[in-house]
Amino acid sequence: MAHSVYPEIAPTDPAGQTRKEFATDQDVRWCPGCGDYSILAQVQRMLPSLAIPRENYVFISGIGCSSRFPYYMDTYGMHSIHGRAPAIATGVKSANPNLSVWMVTGDGDGLSIGGNHFMHVLRRNVDIKLLMFNNRIYGLTKGQYSPTSPVGKRAKSTPMGSIDHPVDPAGLALGAGATFVARTFDTHVKHIQAILKRGADHKGTAFVEIYQNCPIFNDNEFISLTDKSTKADTVLELEHGKPMIFGKLKDKGIALDDKGHPIVVDVEAHGEDKLLVHDEEDLTVALILSQMGQNGLPTPIGVLRAVKRPTYDEMMQEQVETAQAGPKNSVQDLLDMGQWTVE
Amino acid sequence: MQKAVETVDTVAIRFAGDSGDGMQLTGTQFTDTTALAGNDLATFPDFPAEIRAPAGSLAGVSGFQINFSSEAVFTPGDRPDVLIAMNPAALMVNLADLKSGGMLIINSEQFTKKNLTRAGYEVHPNTDGSLSKYRTFEADITGMTLKSIEELRLNNRIAVRCKNFFALGLVYWLYNRKTDHTLEWIKGKFKDAEIAEANIRALKAGYHFGDTAELFDHSYVVKQAKIAPGNYRNISGNEALGLGFLAAAELSGLNLFLGSYPITPASDILHFLAKHKNLGVKTLQAEDEIAAVCASIGAAYAGSLALTTTSGPGLALKGEAVGLAHILELPLVIVNVQRGGPSTGLPTKTEQSDLMQALYGRNGEAPVPVIAAANAGDCFYCAIEAARIAVEYMTPVLLLSDGYIANSSEPWAVPVMKDIDPIKVSFRTETEGFQPYMRDDKLARPWVLPGTPGLEHRVGGLEKDNLTGNVSYDSDNHELMCKLRAEKVAKIADDLPPTEVFGDAEGELLVLGWGGTFGAIRAGVSAMRAEGRKIGHLHLRYINPFPKDLGDILKRYERVLVPELNLGQLVKLIRERFLIDARSLPKIQGKPFKEEEIITGIKNMLEAN
Repeated sequence: MAHSVYPEIAPTDPAGQTRKEFATDQDVRWCPGCGDYSILAQVQRMLPSLAIPRENYVFISGIGCSSRFPYYMDTYGMHSIHGRAPAIATGVKSANPNLSVWMVTGDGDGLSIGGNHFMHVLRRNVDIKLLMFNNRIYGLTKGQYSPTSPVGKRAKSTPMGSIDHPVDPAGLALGAGATFVARTFDTHVKHIQAILKRGADHKGTAFVEIYQNCPIFNDNEFISLTDKSTKADTVLELEHGKPMIFGKLKDKGIALDDKGHPIVVDVEAHGEDKLLVHDEEDLTVALILSQMGQNGLPTPIGVLRAVKRPTYDEMMQEQVETAQAGPKNSVQDLLDMGQWTVE
Repeated sequence: MQKAVETVDTVAIRFAGDSGDGMQLTGTQFTDTTALAGNDLATFPDFPAEIRAPAGSLAGVSGFQINFSSEAVFTPGDRPDVLIAMNPAALMVNLADLKSGGMLIINSEQFTKKNLTRAGYEVHPNTDGSLSKYRTFEADITGMTLKSIEELRLNNRIAVRCKNFFALGLVYWLYNRKTDHTLEWIKGKFKDAEIAEANIRALKAGYHFGDTAELFDHSYVVKQAKIAPGNYRNISGNEALGLGFLAAAELSGLNLFLGSYPITPASDILHFLAKHKNLGVKTLQAEDEIAAVCASIGAAYAGSLALTTTSGPGLALKGEAVGLAHILELPLVIVNVQRGGPSTGLPTKTEQSDLMQALYGRNGEAPVPVIAAANAGDCFYCAIEAARIAVEYMTPVLLLSDGYIANSSEPWAVPVMKDIDPIKVSFRTETEGFQPYMRDDKLARPWVLPGTPGLEHRVGGLEKDNLTGNVSYDSDNHELMCKLRAEKVAKIADDLPPTEVFGDAEGELLVLGWGGTFGAIRAGVSAMRAEGRKIGHLHLRYINPFPKDLGDILKRYERVLVPELNLGQLVKLIRERFLIDARSLPKIQGKPFKEEEIITGIKNMLEAN
């Protein structure tokens, strides 16, 4: 058998890891007030809870404001090219399934230039954690509308308003066969941590959409979802196995009308037992949730879908191991095939 | 009655038929059998881009040419001595190439009025004198095939498909070949015993037809070539690349990773490596060319011997990512099996028009080493060499092959793995003094496996500070880094072996080639030297950087001629770099050079003032 050049490396003990160990000495260069600061802090705060040796993390990003993320994480990392992070992350994880691979992208990087790779990483179910910071705008190129900007969005490239119909990241992910789809907010500190932990524990591509405020080019895009005075009525926090209830007074619920469309009902009048119950494994429920957030329906946050399916990287590894358990041959054997001898 | 046997030195045969007629398979079987008989040989498969163009159409004609000899063979032969035309379209497309006095065998059953019209014939060519220059043999190949297998009661569609084996059997008889290799192959290939039996009967029937029919009064024999003792096998360029990368993985102790997207004529490398997972190979068929190269970059970062394979249009798509690999300074091999361009161009035809793309097809100052394989067997060694340069210098390397050497095959001295130098790789684990962009004496930066404690670091496409690799917008630093990356690539020339020149070491003319034109140039130069001309042939493997001795060699000749299957790309580099009046011999027809074209080019050059 061939020699191997890979060194035996003893992993460090992750016990006692601190948030600080995950920070680099580089100045964080996002704009003051950017939602990315909060996300970075929450990721650094959450990682020690996973008990993974720090040297086994790899953060891969594309291009855009969010994609500066790896520079601020004292782990292995790569700031790559626009839109291609899913493919690079797929290569890293496929080559070495022992690594914990995280991908950071934005709505432009992940859904526009990288839309193709987004679909394929999800359908393959490569075991990576895919964080998409969605601010519904292009920030780094200074304020053009993005694929998640609403119709009519006035930006530098759309002085008369955008005529592009926006894409819904969660719905797109579900359509691509994602095994884990979740949504959270940059500033919802407890929620984001819980969701990141759920995503980290998921075996497979964990897609986490993070609504993120861009104070420079798209300030207050999510204000109705984050403002204390309105958020209770505009946001639906999902809990697996629980009826969908929201509102300041917990008096509003989601039910299905006789055509199967979601509607907002009064919990008491409708009856709590007749409300739609969240089921992370039910694709139909997830698809319904992905279409909410419009027409008077609240925006669901939390885990929309979580199901088990074998991951691409482990199946690739299994095929190699299966083949290696079969007939042995060396490169020399292959070279010798069909040879004849000239005396 | 025993028929006479005539001995000949060299024969070129072209099998031509509809793309569904199995001509590639027929040619491959004849090639294997010919190699086993000890002839030297070269082949040229030539098939349309359409998988199944309309039956009987000119667009659907598929051909396979083999040149075999008792002497050394460098090319598939300029013009066939024998043409087997399975239908009128095959005749229409190929007849002009057949040598005057050559042998023409046609499948008469296909020469119906309808098929003749479809091929553009107003009348049967045997009635208007257009076949008079040739020794024409008309045989009802289809009818005799059906008769030979009628007892098997196969349905007609399947039965008709056995006719290529009848034709093969006939040619086996004509050249006194043994049928046993093909008979064994059929048994292994066709799982359905009845279909295997039908093909066996058709092959034997074709052979016996030659022997017994009055049509042919004698057969031919081509004696064994004088080949150096040793072990040989047939090899195609794509197979040799696949084997070469497997060898490179073994020689380096690295795991091989291939990210690829299907594209003609490179896909066979993906197919080949996907079959050899037992050697630890991981293959990923990506969603597009960009994802393919990016997955490989990810695998390289994670410590694999990373490879991506493509053809011209795919390389265009990969350009930005190759630039990323260049600035990351990660090892990566990019194989471009060139085909006719621009755009989709001529997907199944050969060309060398991606040289400039390979050298310059990226934004910014992003030089990468470029090497080119000269023939099918050389693909094996170039794969190992590309991998060696990639990991020893921490750089992406572009390896150029082309559609001609990818699919053509030749007898090849089987390499012995233990005689090949290992590829030196070491992953950095020492934390003391580590900087991500520190450099060794080759200017290569350290390769670090993610998972190594204490060496956590970030890489990226933004310009990086020398040594630390942190993002830097400093103008002097940018200039320094651009120069360091370029110098590293240029320094590869320090390690290159001395350049070999065939023929005269100085003289009237140097013919300077690269890539798949090797055979035609070698044959043309040999022919002119036999006439007493003082000519050398230098075939460049290393195009970036050029070998250090190239300039001196060029000066030893009065003139330099650069034949290329493009409009003159290497010649521009040579003129620019060495300030000499090198002249171009361009050809851009989707076909390899003929020996006579090289000879004519040489003669014109020598006669020019």
